[in-house]
Amino acid sequence: MQYWHFSETAYPYLPPPETIDSIRVTLPNGVIDPQRAAALWDRYLLEWQVADECGINLMMNEHHATATCMDPAAPVIAGILGRITTNARILILGNPVANRKDPVRVAEETALVDLLSHGRLEVGFVRGVPYEVSAVNSRPVQMSERMWEAIDLIKKAWTTHDGPFNWEGRFFHQRHVNIWPRPLQQPHPPVWVTAMTPGSAGHIADHGDIVASFLTGYEGTRKVFQAYRDRCAETGRPTPADDRFAYAALVYTGATDEEGMEGARKLMWYVKANKVPFEFVQPPGYTPYFVRAAGLRGERSAYDFKSLTLENLIDEGIVFAGSPSTVRGQIEKFHERVGGFGHLLLMGQAGFLEHDETVAGIRTFAEHVKPALDDRFTPRPAAVRGRAVDRTPLRAGA
Amino acid sequence: MLTLVDSTSGTVVGHADGEDVVLDVATVGSGPTLLMLHGVEGREADSAFVDAVAERFTVVAPSHPGFGLSPRPDWCDTVEDLAYLYLDWIERQDLRDVVLVGLQFGGWLAAEMAVRDCSRLGRLVLVDPVGIKVGGREDRDIADVFAMPRGELDARNHADPAAGPGDLTLAPVETTEHIARNEEALALYGWEPYLHNPRLRRWLPRIHVPTLVVWGAQDGIVSPGYGRAYADAVPGARFEIVDAAGHRAQVEQPDTVATLVADHTA
Repeated sequence: MQYWHFSETAYPYLPPPETIDSIRVTLPNGVIDPQRAAALWDRYLLEWQVADECGINLMMNEHHATATCMDPAAPVIAGILGRITTNARILILGNPVANRKDPVRVAEETALVDLLSHGRLEVGFVRGVPYEVSAVNSRPVQMSERMWEAIDLIKKAWTTHDGPFNWEGRFFHQRHVNIWPRPLQQPHPPVWVTAMTPGSAGHIADHGDIVASFLTGYEGTRKVFQAYRDRCAETGRPTPADDRFAYAALVYTGATDEEGMEGARKLMWYVKANKVPFEFVQPPGYTPYFVRAAGLRGERSAYDFKSLTLENLIDEGIVFAGSPSTVRGQIEKFHERVGGFGHLLLMGQAGFLEHDETVAGIRTFAEHVKPALDDRFTPRPAAVRGRAVDRTPLRAGA
Repeated sequence: MLTLVDSTSGTVVGHADGEDVVLDVATVGSGPTLLMLHGVEGREADSAFVDAVAERFTVVAPSHPGFGLSPRPDWCDTVEDLAYLYLDWIERQDLRDVVLVGLQFGGWLAAEMAVRDCSRLGRLVLVDPVGIKVGGREDRDIADVFAMPRGELDARNHADPAAGPGDLTLAPVETTEHIARNEEALALYGWEPYLHNPRLRRWLPRIHVPTLVVWGAQDGIVSPGYGRAYADAVPGARFEIVDAAGHRAQVEQPDTVATLVADHTA
C-alpha cells in the first residue's frame, strides 16, 4: 500500500457563509489578502516536505475560481515539489483535461516536471468538477469524450520520439506534435484516472491505468473497483493487482480517539464550507439529464455531504479518524470491503486545521499506522521508480 | 426517464452517416406550410402559440435532435448541423414558399438556415432570436442562462414570472426531465461561443425573403436593442415589439404573436 498526503490548499479566511452566495465561481478574489495567501503557500509546501521526510508520497490537484483550492496550475506546484522533496512520488490528481484547451501543453508540462523531479511524477487525469465548467468556460456536454481524446493525445505525445505526428481528432487538432523535453520515466509516467461511478471504470481498465475514487465510501468504491475488475475479466486481461486501485478519504490520526476526532472535525470544513448554488453544482450535461432533473426537484445529490455528521461519514467510509489503532482498523475494513486497493490518498489538511495539527496528523499516521499496515499489505513500489534527488530539502518559509 | 421516439413512432427527416435521422414531429392545422422551430422551452411549452397559428397554416413543429422526445445522432452537435438537417428536409419534401418561424434558440437556427438558402422560403419570422454578437468583447449581449437561479431565469424569460414553470420542486418528474434534457441540448449547441455564431451577423444581408423580427418588450435575456440590431442587419426586415412579454414572447402573448405572423404572411 502506498500513502499520499493531499492538501487542497484552501484559502479559508472567508466572509460568513450567510453573506456569500457561493464559495466558487462568483466569490470575488478581492476577499484574498495576498500576504496571507503567500504565507499559506509556504506552510502547505512545508507540509508536503514533512510528508516526504516521513515516507509518505505527495498528491496535489487543481481547481479554478474557488476558495477551496489556491492551485489553478498543478504542474507548477508539482515542479516545485520536485525540487524541494527527495524521495516521495509526486501525484497530480489531476489535470482537468476535459477543460484544458491544449493537451499537448499538458504533455509538455508533465514531461518537464518528470525531469525536474528525476522521474518521480505520476500523472492523473480528471474530467473536472461541475463547478469548474463555468469558471473556465468549458462545455459540460461531451466532457468524457474530450477527456479520453486528450489522454490519448498526451500519451502519444509522451511516447513518440521519431519526429512530429499529426492529430486531427474530434476535439483537438495539431499538425506537428513533437514535445521537447520528453519524460524521464519510460515509456511514460504512471497514469491515473478518476472514476466516481462504475460506468467510468471500464475504459480506465482497458488502458491499464490506475483508477482513483474520491469519497465514494464502502459501497460506491466497491462498485467502481468491481467494474474495473469485471472489465479486465471480460476482456481477458490478467486480474489487476491492488496497485491499480486508489481511494481518497479525509483522514486524521491523533494520539487518542478524541484527538483524531477533533482533527477530523476541522477537516469537515472541506465538506461544510462548500456552499455552491445549484446552477454551478449541476450544469446541464455534466450528469445524465434525469439525474439533473432530480436535482431540479430538490433531491439531494449523492455527493452532497453537507447534511451528514462526522459520525455518518466515518460509518460510510468517507472519513478515517481516531487513534492509530482505530484508523488502522478502519483502513483494514475498507480494504476488505472494496476487494483490496493499493493507494490511500489521505486528505489530511483542510480549512482551519493549523500547520502544527496537520504535521502531527501526518507524523502520527506515518509512525504509528503505516508500519502496522505495511506488515499486512506488503509495500510495493507505486510504479517505475526514478532516481531520488540527492539534495537537502529547502525549507519553505525559512 | 423519457421515452424517445424511434423509427416507428417518429418521423424520418433525413439521412446521414448511413443512418436515418428520426425526430418527434407534430403537424397541426391546415393551409400553407409553416415550419416552427422551438427554443429551449420546448415545443410543448409553445402549444398555445402553435394552436393559434394552426388556424391558418399547416404547422410542422419538430423537436430538434436532443430536445423533447427527439433522439440526437452523435454527430449532430452544432447549429450548423441542425440548419442543414432542416434545409435538407424541406428539399426532400419538395416544399416551397415555406413560412419559417424561429423562436429564441430556434430563431438563431432559422437565421442560420436562411443565410445558407432562402430558395424554398416564403417568409421568415424570428421571435426574440439569439445567434448574433452585437456589443463589444466585454458586453454580455445574452444573459447567462446557465449561471442563474431558477427564479431569476423565470423572471428574465417572462414579463410575468408566473408564466414560467415556477417552483420545480413541485413540478412533475416528466416536466423536470424535459427541462433538463432541453437545457442539456442548449448547452451542447450553444455553450461556446455563447448562444451565437460570431460570423452570422455579417451574412444576415443574404436573407432575401420578407422578414419580421418580433421582440418581447420585457425580454430579460436579450434586450430589444439587440433585436433592433438583428432586424437592421436583415434587408427590409420589420421590427415589432410585443408588450407584456419577456424573452418567450410566444408563450406569454400567443395570440398577439400569431396575429403578427398572419399579417406578415398576408
